[in-house]
Amino acid sequence: MFRSHVLVCGGTGCTSSNSQQIIESLEKEIEKQGLAEEVKVVRTGCFGLCALGPIMIVYPEGCFYSMVKVEDVPEIVSEHLLKGRVVTRLLYDETVEKDAIKSLNETAFYKKQVRVALRNCGVINPESIDEYIAMDGYQALGKCLTEYTPEQVIQVVTDSGLRGRGGGGFPTGRKWALCAPNKAPQKYVVCNADEGDPGAFMDRSVLEGDPHCLIEAMAIAGYAIGATKGFVYVRAEYPIAVKRLQIAIDDARSYGLLGTNIFDSGFDFDMEIRLGAGAFVCGEETALMTSIEGNRGEPRPRPPYPAVKGLFGCPTVENNVETFANIPQIILRGADWFASMGTEKSKGTKVFALGGKIKHTGLVEIPMGTTLREIVEEIGGGIPGGKKFKAAQTGGPSGGCIPADLIDTKIDYDNLLAMGCMMGSGGLIVMDEDTCMVDIAKFFLEFTVDESCGKCTPCRVGTKRLLEKLDKITSGNGTLEDIDQLEELCNYIKANSLCGLGQTAPNPVLSTLHFFRDEYVAHVVDKKCPAGVCKSLLHYEVIPEKCKGCTACARVCPTGAISGVVKQPHVIDVNACIKCGACIEKCRFGAIVKR
Amino acid sequence: MQKKISTLPFRGTAEQEQQLREIIEQNKQDPSRLMGVMQQAQDIYGYLPMEVQQIIADGMGVPLEKVYGVATFYAQFALSPKGAYNVSVCLGTACYVKGSGDVFNRISEILGIGADECTEDGRFSLTACRCIGACGLAPVMTINDEVYGRLSVDDVDDILAKYKD
Repeated sequence: MFRSHVLVCGGTGCTSSNSQQIIESLEKEIEKQGLAEEVKVVRTGCFGLCALGPIMIVYPEGCFYSMVKVEDVPEIVSEHLLKGRVVTRLLYDETVEKDAIKSLNETAFYKKQVRVALRNCGVINPESIDEYIAMDGYQALGKCLTEYTPEQVIQVVTDSGLRGRGGGGFPTGRKWALCAPNKAPQKYVVCNADEGDPGAFMDRSVLEGDPHCLIEAMAIAGYAIGATKGFVYVRAEYPIAVKRLQIAIDDARSYGLLGTNIFDSGFDFDMEIRLGAGAFVCGEETALMTSIEGNRGEPRPRPPYPAVKGLFGCPTVENNVETFANIPQIILRGADWFASMGTEKSKGTKVFALGGKIKHTGLVEIPMGTTLREIVEEIGGGIPGGKKFKAAQTGGPSGGCIPADLIDTKIDYDNLLAMGCMMGSGGLIVMDEDTCMVDIAKFFLEFTVDESCGKCTPCRVGTKRLLEKLDKITSGNGTLEDIDQLEELCNYIKANSLCGLGQTAPNPVLSTLHFFRDEYVAHVVDKKCPAGVCKSLLHYEVIPEKCKGCTACARVCPTGAISGVVKQPHVIDVNACIKCGACIEKCRFGAIVKR
Repeated sequence: MQKKISTLPFRGTAEQEQQLREIIEQNKQDPSRLMGVMQQAQDIYGYLPMEVQQIIADGMGVPLEKVYGVATFYAQFALSPKGAYNVSVCLGTACYVKGSGDVFNRISEILGIGADECTEDGRFSLTACRCIGACGLAPVMTINDEVYGRLSVDDVDDILAKYKD
C-alpha cells in the first residue's frame, strides 16, 4: 500500500514537453528522500487539458499541478510528498479559490464533461493490465461470453443508440446486425485507428491511455458477429500508441483474455496491429481494408458492403476507436444508461479535440446536445485576447463551419448535418475575427488535393480545379462568375466521387459559401480580404503619427521597400513590398499596419 | 505527388541483406504483410532503393510492380536516401528575391546534386523548402536543425566546409 499516488500524464502532448524526464527525476528524488515505500509514481494517458501540460496530479489530495518543469520536482517531493505542504505556485489557477483547493471536476474545463470513452485516460497506467482489470476491465467481455447470446449483445448495442464516432454516424448495432447473419468460414473485426483529420487526436488518446478497453470491445464485437480475428489499423505517426497497444495485446494473451477458449466459453479471438504509412484516404473504410491486405490504399466501390464482402473478401465489421471505447461501458451499465445521455437521435457522449483560437486547447468529452456556446465559452474558456468568435469548424477537411449566430445550436449528428457540417471524428477548431473563411476553405482543399488517391476523376481533377479557383479568388483575380462555378463544381464532385473523401471534400467550400458568401464577394468585387489574411489583397503601411523613425523596419526589410530618414516617419513602397510581415514584428511602436 | 527516384549506386551490405531476408522469412507466408516488411526494410536501409524492392518482391512472391506501387502510394516510403546532413534552402518569396535561388544553385554546384538528391558519400542531401517564417533573416537555409540567415553566395563554401569532415 502506498500513502500517496502521483499521476503524471504520458500522452503525446505532455511527453513532447518532457513528462518522461519529469517521471524519471520524480522517481530518483523520491528514492533519495526515502519515500519509495510510501509514494507511487504512475505514468497515465492523457488528462485532456493539453494546453497546461506537462500535467501532474497528486492523490489523495487531488492537487492538480500544471506546466511542471523538471526543476520543480525536488520542491514537489520535499514540500508536498515529504512535508505535506502543497506547492501552490504550481497549482492550476482555476483549482484555487480563496486559499482553498477545489476539485478538478469543479473547474470550468471539467465540470460539464462526462467521461465514458475517456474514463480511464489519465487515471490508470495504460501499460498495466491489472490496473485496467481493477477498473472493472474485461468484466463486460466476461458478461457477454457467459450470460449473453451474440444476438443479445447486438440488441444491447442497438438499444443504446450508439452511432459510429468516426464521422458518418451509422448506428453501430445495425452495422453488427447486418454482418452477423452472413455465413462464412472467416469473419473479421477491424478497428480504424487511422486518425487523419488535422487537429483530431481522441483516438490516439484512447490508444495511449486505455488500450485494453479497445481490445475488450473488439473481442465483444467478434463474439457478436462471429469473428475470431481482429485487426487494428494504426497510423505509423503514433509510435507511443502502437507500443502501448502491443504491450496490451501481449498481456491480454498471457492472461488468456485473447486466444482460444476465452473465459472457458469456447470462444476464440485474437488480434494483430497493422501500421499505416501516411495516406489520409486509408481512413475511409474500404481503402483501409485494401491497405491491410497489403495493397495501395485505394477505396473500392460499395456495394458490396464490408458486412457482406470486406477484408480479404470476408464479412467484416469496421468501427472507429472511440466507438469501440464506448462498448464495454454500455454492456456493463446497460443500454438505458447510455441512451439516457444525449439527444433524441444522438445518444451518449462525444469527444472533441478543441483547437484554434481558444484558451483551453485539449480533449473534452461531453454529452451529445451540449451547445457550441457551452463548449467555446465555458469549457474552452473563451477566445484569448478579447477577440470575437466568428465560427467553429468541425469535421476537418470533410466538414464545415458553424457561424457565430448559430452558437446556441445543440451539437449532435443531425443538427450538424442540417447546417451542412459534419461531426467527423470530432476536431473542433475555433476561429476568431482574424480568420479569413476563403483562406480556410483553401487550406482544407490544399490538404484534400494532396491526399486524393487519384483513383476516380471527380476527386482527383475536381478538387484540383476547386483549389485553382480558390487561388484565383484569394489572389484578387476572381470574378462573381468564379463563385458560381465554384458552387457548381462542388456539387458535381459531391455527387460523383467514389468514396467518402471525395464526396465530402467540397464541404468546407460549400459551407463557407453558404454562411460567409459576403466574404467571397468582398474578395472578388472589392478586391479586399475583410479579415486581413489573403496577402495579395492587402498592403502594409506606416502610420506616420506613430512612427518614431527608429529605422528598425527598414533594416529588417528583405526587399529594401522601406525608406525614410532617421527620426522621421518612414514609408513603405507597396510595389517593392512582398508582405512578409518582418517589419510588423520588428516595430516596437505599433506603427505598421496591414490593410 | 511524384517521388524522386535515386540514381545513386546501391550500397547495401551483406549484413543488411541478411537482416532483410530474415524479416521476409518470418512474414512471407502472409502476403498481406507486404507493407510491414517494406517498413522494416526502410528502417534497415533508410530508404527503398530498387534493389531492395526487388529482394522484397522475390522473397514475398509478389511482382516488383506491386512493391513499387505500394512504395509510391504512401507518403512514408522514400525512394531516395537522405544525407547525414540535409541542406534545406528556403525558396519562399522573401528569400527568393534576396537571392536564395543563387544560393541554392551554388550549393547544388558544390555538392554536385540537384533537389531531393543525395551525394554519393551519403553525407549531404539537398532540398528546396517553402517559407520557414524567418523572412527577416532572408535568405535562409537550414542544415539539419541549424539555421543560417542573411546568406550570400560567397558564404556557402565556408558553411558547407564545416560539415565536410
